[in-house]
Amino acid sequence: MSLRVSDLKVHYRTLRGDVRALDGVSFELGDAEILGLAGESGCGKTTLGKSLIRMDGRMRHVGGTVELDGTELPIGDDRRMNDFRFHEVSLVPQYSMSALNPTRKIGKMVGELLRSRGVTPDTAKLLGRLDAVGLPHEVLDRYPIELSGGMKQRMVMVISTLLDPSLLIADEVTSALDVSTQKAVARALAGFRDNGFVKSMIFITHDISLTYQIADTIMVMYAGRLAEKAPARTIVEAPRHPYTRMLIDSLPEVGVRHADRRLSGIAGSPPSLLDPPAGCRFRDRCPLAFDRCAEEPPAAEIAPDHFVACWKA
Amino acid sequence: MMLRLDNVTKVYKVGAFGGKTLTAVDGVSFDVPEGQVVSLIGESGSGKSTLGKMILGLVPVTAGSITLDGAPVRPGKEYYRHVQGVFQDPFSTFNPVFKADRVFQLIREAYFPAATAADWDERVRAALRDVRLDPDQVIGKYPHQLSGGQLQRVLIARALLLDLKLLVADEITSMLDASTRIDVLNLLAEIKGRGLGVLYITHDLSLGNYLAERTVVLRHGTVVEMGATDRVFGRPLHPYTRQLLSAVPRLHAPWEDAEPVTSCLYHDGGATGGLAEAGEDHFVACARLEGCLEERLGGRSGGRLEGRLKGR
Ligand SMILES: Nc1ncnc2c1ncn2[C@@H]1O[C@H](COP(=O)(O)OP(=O)(O)O)[C@@H](O)[C@H]1O
Ligand SMILES: Nc1ncnc2c1ncn2[C@@H]1O[C@H](COP(=O)(O)OP(=O)(O)O)[C@@H](O)[C@H]1O
Ligand code: SF4
Ligand SMILES: [Mg+2]
Ligand SMILES: [Mg+2]
Repeated sequence: MSLRVSDLKVHYRTLRGDVRALDGVSFELGDAEILGLAGESGCGKTTLGKSLIRMDGRMRHVGGTVELDGTELPIGDDRRMNDFRFHEVSLVPQYSMSALNPTRKIGKMVGELLRSRGVTPDTAKLLGRLDAVGLPHEVLDRYPIELSGGMKQRMVMVISTLLDPSLLIADEVTSALDVSTQKAVARALAGFRDNGFVKSMIFITHDISLTYQIADTIMVMYAGRLAEKAPARTIVEAPRHPYTRMLIDSLPEVGVRHADRRLSGIAGSPPSLLDPPAGCRFRDRCPLAFDRCAEEPPAAEIAPDHFVACWKA
Repeated sequence: MMLRLDNVTKVYKVGAFGGKTLTAVDGVSFDVPEGQVVSLIGESGSGKSTLGKMILGLVPVTAGSITLDGAPVRPGKEYYRHVQGVFQDPFSTFNPVFKADRVFQLIREAYFPAATAADWDERVRAALRDVRLDPDQVIGKYPHQLSGGQLQRVLIARALLLDLKLLVADEITSMLDASTRIDVLNLLAEIKGRGLGVLYITHDLSLGNYLAERTVVLRHGTVVEMGATDRVFGRPLHPYTRQLLSAVPRLHAPWEDAEPVTSCLYHDGGATGGLAEAGEDHFVACARLEGCLEERLGGRSGGRLEGRLKGR
């Protein structure tokens, strides 16, 4: 077992009260596993990713634990987490492409970054990683502005995995890319796992069709909680949570035409996490809701490796 | 109604003193007929928004012509009575200090100054119901109190208040969640039933495929393939179209199964140039039109080509 997250609760402090962005999430991630994390915007995907590596000033670790390779991560302690960041857990953040320092040549920037972490740059390894993602060595002599979006994204991926972290978290890294670039970048990420540059990975995206392409397991979140988690094929072919089913039914696959088959979305929107309703959080949008849904459904393992938080599953 | 683009070209001046030029759109011709959704597909930088802006009269055409029912684009009040645009980021269209329904008030002031308050209110409510919004949940709210999907619908409702003939929708669903964007797409499909033409600009092939009767695939400012959507996506001929399609992530079909596309089916390297008719309502670009498509297709019928494709 690579990662074990138990009843994790992380809230944002705001003037109006606590936003309960992660409200009791538990899951495990095996060695060499790619976990796809999906769900509508605002369901807590980014919050989960950040909680495992660096909480921002407004985030508060309210409860629960995170264990990586048998060691508990001090996620609430920014300073102690320094020992793990980059070395054990690394993040390719959303919008990371614009995070590259525009005034430094890329090679120089990588060197500075590594030294600031107390690591001596290993040029041979860096060049090998560039080869692995299909970047020419000359990129090191270029400024970020001279790279295309897909190249920048690959560069950030290379930098964040140079120390072979155990866990890599990739947050919407392909969302701003065109389809062909998206495919290349997603495949390069899967290659990081295949080549053992990272042990396991959490691949965050709102696009289930994309997750399905590279993830072994898909976890669907809803309003700060786990809705369903299962092997990728099971999520796509035999989803059991009404939310997962409706999400998948709202996807226009190539080949589905409005004239032939009318798809529909999910009416309504997720509840506010400032003061979320008791019971199942999907209740007011769920066509199957019944009395019992006023109680919170636990994430039950209805088949091996298939977890569903729904009374009807 | 018919929008017609004839050999439209846009050259931007770029560089510090406008000393260099960039050809963003190069000799593009297609029609958007009444009651149809035409999707304009292409990767970023292919010139989609530039085409949309030229149709909306927001940037001038460098060469070629754009006509609506035979009359050239003449930006101004009359033109915008018939042609409206909705764009990617709904939040940027609204001024956050005003309530969202102010966009309706501006239409009233410009186009319907004689309407009484009660009459106008009823029209706005009807337009909101047409886009599947509950008027009471929208009227009086500030933009930040509404979701992206709701704001996009407000903007479509605003367009519907006018005597609209053509709606240019530029990436209007790309900031929406899967769970809500499909409803906006269904809405576009519905409003074409009013006899409107819709130009649906997107980089997302599956959305264009779902919605549009006709598809135009743009690459580096030129059309590489266009025609009936079921032909362009069901039987894509140009290597670029095939490559795009094979990269689309699909449920139930892992990428591994997709056929790799390296170059033109017939020649090494890509194929661009004029358009040849590859079958009924199906046009494809090829660099060696005469020598290639003519010879390979056996004149204008796609039949022999289909046989060849199967044979591969
Ligand atoms: N800095 C913040 N302050 C207050 N609330 C926040 C902050 N960042 C995120 N949230 C809220 O936390 C919830 C989860 O957000 P996020 O993790 O970004 O979702 P996702 O990545 O799935 O779109 C949302 O309700 C969001 O509004
Ligand atoms: N106002 C402008 N001035 C100069 N170049 C522009 C301008 N607008 C767009 N371009 C360039 O024209 C090309 C096409 O852009 P655009 O029409 O926005 O493409 P798309 O919408 O398909 O992404 C790009 O290379 C872009 O950089
Ligand atoms: S627990 Fe009830 S409300 Fe929640 S998803 Fe299941 S049936 Fe629907
Ligand atoms: Mg996010
Ligand atoms: Mg654009």
